[in-house]
Amino acid sequence: MAYPSGFKYTKDHEWIELAGDRGKVGITDYAQQQLGDVVYVDLPEVGAKLKAGQSFGTIESVKAVSELYSPVSGEVLEVNTALKEKPEVVNSNPHGSWMIVVRIANASEAASLLDAAQYQDLVK
Amino acid sequence: MEQATATPLKKTPLHARHLASGARMVSFGGWEMPIEYSGIVAEHMAVRERAGIFDVSHMGEIEIAGKNALEAVQRISCNDASKLQPGQAQYSGLMTPQGTFVDDLLVYRLAASHFLLVVNASHIPIDYVHIAEHIKPAGDAVAVDASSRYALIAVQGPRALEVLQPLTGVDLAAIKYYWFAHGEVANVRATISRTGYTGEDGFEIFVPPGSADRVWLAVIEAGKHVDLVPCGLGARDTLRLEASMRLHGNDIDETTTALEADLGWMVGWNKPDFIGAEVLRRQRTEGVTRKIVGFEMVDRGIARHGYDVYLGDAVAGIVTSGTQTPYLKKAIGMAYLPAQHATVGTEFDVDIRGKHTRARVVRMPFYKRPK
Repeated sequence: MAYPSGFKYTKDHEWIELAGDRGKVGITDYAQQQLGDVVYVDLPEVGAKLKAGQSFGTIESVKAVSELYSPVSGEVLEVNTALKEKPEVVNSNPHGSWMIVVRIANASEAASLLDAAQYQDLVK
Repeated sequence: MEQATATPLKKTPLHARHLASGARMVSFGGWEMPIEYSGIVAEHMAVRERAGIFDVSHMGEIEIAGKNALEAVQRISCNDASKLQPGQAQYSGLMTPQGTFVDDLLVYRLAASHFLLVVNASHIPIDYVHIAEHIKPAGDAVAVDASSRYALIAVQGPRALEVLQPLTGVDLAAIKYYWFAHGEVANVRATISRTGYTGEDGFEIFVPPGSADRVWLAVIEAGKHVDLVPCGLGARDTLRLEASMRLHGNDIDETTTALEADLGWMVGWNKPDFIGAEVLRRQRTEGVTRKIVGFEMVDRGIARHGYDVYLGDAVAGIVTSGTQTPYLKKAIGMAYLPAQHATVGTEFDVDIRGKHTRARVVRMPFYKRPK
């Protein structure tokens, strides 16, 4: 699966799609492959304040639990509650399954993330 | 000085086959084993609905033979091996003098004075030393670690018999549950046992290691028409948990007795003395202070091995196994609770990463196959 060139990526295997001062956050195809069948996603409340690198929730597969780390600092504006009922879409469509929308507090944090080519190098 | 290198992981005779099939490999009990091929959920469902094949060659085989082999087995195994006919198998435990588990195992009676014990992979050396030491008083009996002489392939699922039958001259339908027969599978000498660790009908096939790949490929080919899939340890674990089978190292170990683990049915109460008998008999009379239960999550969340169990504000026990199960589609698990609370319907909390999450005791097994 190709890594969208418009996204930024973290070394912890999250992606963020930037649009102005907002960013949609999800996990990468590599991350979902490592996890295996996703059965549970636990996400924060709207309004939660996050710091870059801080855990904003957990994702569980049949066999393991993983933390979700925020790529940037900011406030949670939206939460994808549909993932509660259908967590398996993270496996089938990882780059389309956003988890939270964050209002980005510090644009330089986002700029320092990996681009698609750098992330591809990291996971190859 | 150079640092000593870690012991390399052991490989089963099917290791190359797993790599060629694209399995995801993990380290398990000193072995490099497949955790999943197509995905745990898909593999789990295949076994519940059709059939799956597992490489369980990492399991250990210890043989006990000699004029007094029965006496030897009776001493080290808590179930009553005198009830076994040649050709029959039973679930049992190797117990410490405290009635706790050195390991759990299957005891196969190959002949009147010849037994085969199938034990957990990571415990082969421990079990062997324990057995060799404790059978000495039994007289004429020797234990041999024969693990390297066997590969073990499990074919499990409601259509397992239909898949295997064309590959063997043995009448599989005539093998009763927990019995076995000698014969051939895909022209390879084999012992075919109607046992398994999935809660489904199925067979475990002992074959010489050098022929394991041939048998594996033959079963895959013969299973194509039912969409049989290769399965890894991940599905093996979720299947056994749905079927409420205990996992040594999780649900039972050297700190838990057979009665605490609610496995009193596998203790040979009427046989002569055996290791652990004194404590087990006392617990049978006086009762136990804690007991294993099956539970379902009431609140959203998945309890996992090692999470603390709370009754009110006090830690009251521990989760020994837990997952979201693919077939029942529920978060379930096993936990130890104080015996007075180990009753169906009791609610308790599991500390899921700092959050008290409600669970309820339910009857086991969680899943029982339709007759």
